[in-house]
Amino acid sequence: MLKAGIEINKREKIIREKFFYFLLLFLTVVVVAFVLGMVIYLIIKGSGAISWEFLSQKPRSGMREGGIFPAILGTIYLIIGTLVVSLPIGILSAVYLNEYASRNKLTRIIRFSIINMSGVPSIVYGLFGLGFFVILLKFGKSILAGSLTLAFLILPVIITTTEEALKAVPGTYRYASLALGATKWQTITKVVLPQALPGIITGSVLGIGRAAGETAPIIFTVAAFSQPNLPNSIFSQVMALPYHLYVLATQLTNTPEDMQWGTALVLLMVVSLFAIAGTAIRTRFRLRRKE
Amino acid sequence: MAQLRIRLKKVKSFLIEKFIFLNGIISILILGLILAFLIANSIRFFSSYPFFEFLTGQKWSPTVLEKFGFVPLLAGSLLVTFGAIVIAMPLGIGSAIYIGELAPKAVREILKPLIEVMAIIPSVVIGFIGIKLLAPIIKNLFNLSIGLTALTGSVMLAFMSLPTIISISEDAINSVPSRYKHASIALGATKWETTYKIVVPSASSGMFAAVLLGLGRIVGETMTVLMITGNSPRIVLSWLQPVRTITATIAAEMGETVQGGLHYSSLFALGLILFLITFLINFISDRFINRIRKS
Repeated sequence: MLKAGIEINKREKIIREKFFYFLLLFLTVVVVAFVLGMVIYLIIKGSGAISWEFLSQKPRSGMREGGIFPAILGTIYLIIGTLVVSLPIGILSAVYLNEYASRNKLTRIIRFSIINMSGVPSIVYGLFGLGFFVILLKFGKSILAGSLTLAFLILPVIITTTEEALKAVPGTYRYASLALGATKWQTITKVVLPQALPGIITGSVLGIGRAAGETAPIIFTVAAFSQPNLPNSIFSQVMALPYHLYVLATQLTNTPEDMQWGTALVLLMVVSLFAIAGTAIRTRFRLRRKE
Repeated sequence: MAQLRIRLKKVKSFLIEKFIFLNGIISILILGLILAFLIANSIRFFSSYPFFEFLTGQKWSPTVLEKFGFVPLLAGSLLVTFGAIVIAMPLGIGSAIYIGELAPKAVREILKPLIEVMAIIPSVVIGFIGIKLLAPIIKNLFNLSIGLTALTGSVMLAFMSLPTIISISEDAINSVPSRYKHASIALGATKWETTYKIVVPSASSGMFAAVLLGLGRIVGETMTVLMITGNSPRIVLSWLQPVRTITATIAAEMGETVQGGLHYSSLFALGLILFLITFLINFISDRFINRIRKS
């Protein structure tokens, strides 16, 4: 009697375990299937539209024909501008946190600010860029204003990854350099930063990937609805891939489906390129370190 | 001469140190600057439009009626956000438990980068796919005249928040000391009993922080909701109707405003509210994450 009861109990338990196991498996499969489905569908629909003409031509007949070259170029300009601003500031900020800062209240506030900066919605960065760079500093809607706004947005990414890279440089390297009579600054520029370079590159590449895909911060600060002429200074407006996709998909009527999917795929390819490059550099660096 | 050189060197390193310090506190400066700017630009709105009317107003019609009622926008944001969290929580925590505890190592190594892919896709692309793929499905499924609804936004936003929720929950699961698990198994508990009676409760505050951070991402998301929630600033209490969130309102209307005008200023006021909400969310989740690190 008792034995049979235990037996049933056990079987129930096994069934219940199997049930929960498969439930969790199912949830995971849903997540993965959704992500994969989206990406694969986008690749299938978009690859038909991509041709040399599409990538190298200007838009024609109210953006319903031709290509997206000005948008690609605009995104490249924005990437360069964003890097020029955010890289030096971000690296020095990380250098301060890892090499100079002591464990005090100020450092805690800095770390808290970095976390919060990465949580500020991108549209708020857009508002700030409009109020500060475009209007107050009178940069107008321009590459300069857009790059500065995007630079602020990706600063937390660059600071955190750079700091992580600095932390991985062994303390003995610093002591050796200081013992040889080098100053702290010489130690940082000649010993610590070169050692941390792969990590810094990873951070900047990942940051750029994020900046290249952002739309909300650039709508009011740089993005032009249509600007077939190529920009001639940092005070020019440019078209950019994410905003161009937004325009094609929602602001214009009767734009060919092909062009929309093609633009979406090109944008995804640009950001994935950076993400893959960043991850590859990081993996290679980690492997080398282990050896 | 030598003394002068030493002194120069000292001055130089002093200046370098100050310069680096300035860069070190840049994040505080920027965050302060953003807040100061949002406040400065929204003063005109808060001083000339009655605050009570803003808070309880049921109409957002800035150009036609000059009415700035916050309720429809708040309702839109709440509907979309609540829907997204309800979808994202079981999916996110469920897959984090599977990936962190139950999956074989090889499967885990494939799943993790796959989920990260979702974090890479720009929000405008997710919005675009939402228009083309999800909206028609929702339209047909519920027999609607238009597929751009709060639910459409909720589904897409849920998946956008998943990389955050899954990776932080999984960190929390991994940080549960293995001696807890060993002790449980030594007492005769099965793998599953150990997972749901030992691991999940120990990791629960980390999972809470993960959901909060996912929530922060959802609340602040702009382009996706702008494109797929239908852009209608009316008070609705159904997921199957078009809505307009706080973020989408700023993005949709800023282009049409007169600089320095009441409408312009009202959008900065919305930005300020958004800033404060996400600040609060980050503040709370940061506390929970710190607690995990300490233990």
